Amino acid sequence: MADDLELRFERTVQSESRIEPRDWMPDGYRKTLIRQIAQHAHSEIIGMQPEGNWISRAPSLRRKAILLAKVQDEAGHGLYLYSATETLGADREDLTTKLIEGRQKYSSIFNYPTLTFADVGVIGWLVDGAAICNQVPLCRTSYGPYARAMIRICKEESFHQRQGYELLMTMMRGTQQQRDMVQDSVNRWWWPALMMFGPPDAESTNTEQSMAWRIKRDTNDELRQKFVNMSMPQAEALGVTFPDPELEWNADRGEYDFGQPDWDEFWQVVKGGGVCNEQRIAHRRKAHEDGAWVREAAAAHAAKHARKEGAA
Amino acid sequence: MSFDNAYESLLGGEDAHWAFGTGFSEALSGVNREFPAGVDREALAAYCLMLGDDALIFSQRLSEWCSRAPELEEDIALANIALDLLGQARMLLTRAGEVLGRDEDALAYLRDEREFRNVHLAEIDCGPGPGGDFAATIARLLVFSSWRLALFSRLRGSADPVLAAIAEKGLKELAYHRDHAAQWTVRLGDGTDESHRRMQAGLERVWPFVDELFATHAVEVALAGVAVDPASLRSEVDGVLEAVLSAAGLTRPTDTRAARVAGMAGRDGVHTEAMGYLLAEMQHLHRSLPGAVW
Repeated sequence: MADDLELRFERTVQSESRIEPRDWMPDGYRKTLIRQIAQHAHSEIIGMQPEGNWISRAPSLRRKAILLAKVQDEAGHGLYLYSATETLGADREDLTTKLIEGRQKYSSIFNYPTLTFADVGVIGWLVDGAAICNQVPLCRTSYGPYARAMIRICKEESFHQRQGYELLMTMMRGTQQQRDMVQDSVNRWWWPALMMFGPPDAESTNTEQSMAWRIKRDTNDELRQKFVNMSMPQAEALGVTFPDPELEWNADRGEYDFGQPDWDEFWQVVKGGGVCNEQRIAHRRKAHEDGAWVREAAAAHAAKHARKEGAA
Repeated sequence: MSFDNAYESLLGGEDAHWAFGTGFSEALSGVNREFPAGVDREALAAYCLMLGDDALIFSQRLSEWCSRAPELEEDIALANIALDLLGQARMLLTRAGEVLGRDEDALAYLRDEREFRNVHLAEIDCGPGPGGDFAATIARLLVFSSWRLALFSRLRGSADPVLAAIAEKGLKELAYHRDHAAQWTVRLGDGTDESHRRMQAGLERVWPFVDELFATHAVEVALAGVAVDPASLRSEVDGVLEAVLSAAGLTRPTDTRAARVAGMAGRDGVHTEAMGYLLAEMQHLHRSLPGAVW
């Protein structure tokens, strides 16, 4: 019996059909998905902080509105994704607890600080760009609710990316100080953006099973190469350079050669040693704990209301 | 979208894809922007600054909640309200700027504290800073949106077509803001002992700033037919607040009056000490790079 179910599951996945919430699925598949989607949801929520850092100081009212709307979208993405985990039997409150207790991860990129307003543009261009490269294949991932959430998220992310790039274009047409600010920001974010694809394939532990289950569709190194290939013409159009002396067109391969990020720094940040790791979690924890009385009040009010309606 | 090229959208193509949107569109396209005959333009500009600064400064305060709200849904809701108000501020500052020969950013970023005309209620810290909490934030939103909704509903009849159009658009937004605040006031007033205590304390925090909202200013007197006399709104707003507080089981505070400073308050450009810090943060980048384009 169990073998039949497993066989049907395997066939569904291999034929590129979708697994839906009520379908049978192996425990490992369910756990891997919850972990991956929760990590993605946490990334959206923690990712509100580095950009939110500039809302109060945005240098024009138009940029302030765009930035506030973008950070608001990230909260919305977090909501879609937490909802997707709930279709697998997870609970938002429980996942939030795991996040603030450090038991579940979020994208390490958000442990880097946003130091100038150019970072808002560069995050849109490179960080959202890398995220889109990672996420676009997930629009075809085997779990239906996740794939559908990703289609919507990718559309919105690509709009954010366009806004970020447009900010940088505008700044590059401004004063020399602004151009320097953009280049400085690119210098700080390029390597961390490349790290967003994860460690080199040879060192990546989760890849093989996830590829077989069609949860993951491309290897880390494939996606990283794709990202570099796409980013170079954009950098040229913008008039900035990437801080990599090995970056060069390779006519034989028809792709760019590029250097390796500092993987020691990567692991250091992943393991909690980044400039902002503690700050990001403390911020999230404070918001959650400060809001506890509000959530309790809302629940208490709803319960009283339900009792009244029941009595009527 | 294509599933292969993450960058296609950089080159144009698809229309805007916000999950929730900036709330600022070309809402006023097609509205006649000529100044009506006989209107005192200086007074009109001053009036637009009053209403625009109320929205801008309150929006700045509300956006402090971004990533700090009690739940994700509320983070989104408060950001939405901040965006609506920012949109109103931009339209009003733009209208003022048409008289003064300055754009919205020059007015937002290059005026000094004494030139800002917002009421104190918009600028005080009601949380998430040390000056308040979520309940004080809701108390301020309830009072502010009830007052502004009553004001905008009369402003629809303004002799200035631009002000009338701004009021028309803002009305729906403000009705939502008031509804949101009223629902939370009831929830918190009724929820738990702690939430009831905090909600009552939130009302006490903002009530001293209520009287200023209804004080008629010389600019409003000079603009009969264009501006709304806030004194005329008092009984309507009082009625709304009374209804909400009674549904929430809360007591209306008795302290309604913060003393003026040598007879002056926000509409005269005389603010609380919080205002200087708020502006320092909001304006510093714009001011540090003169000539920059954003």
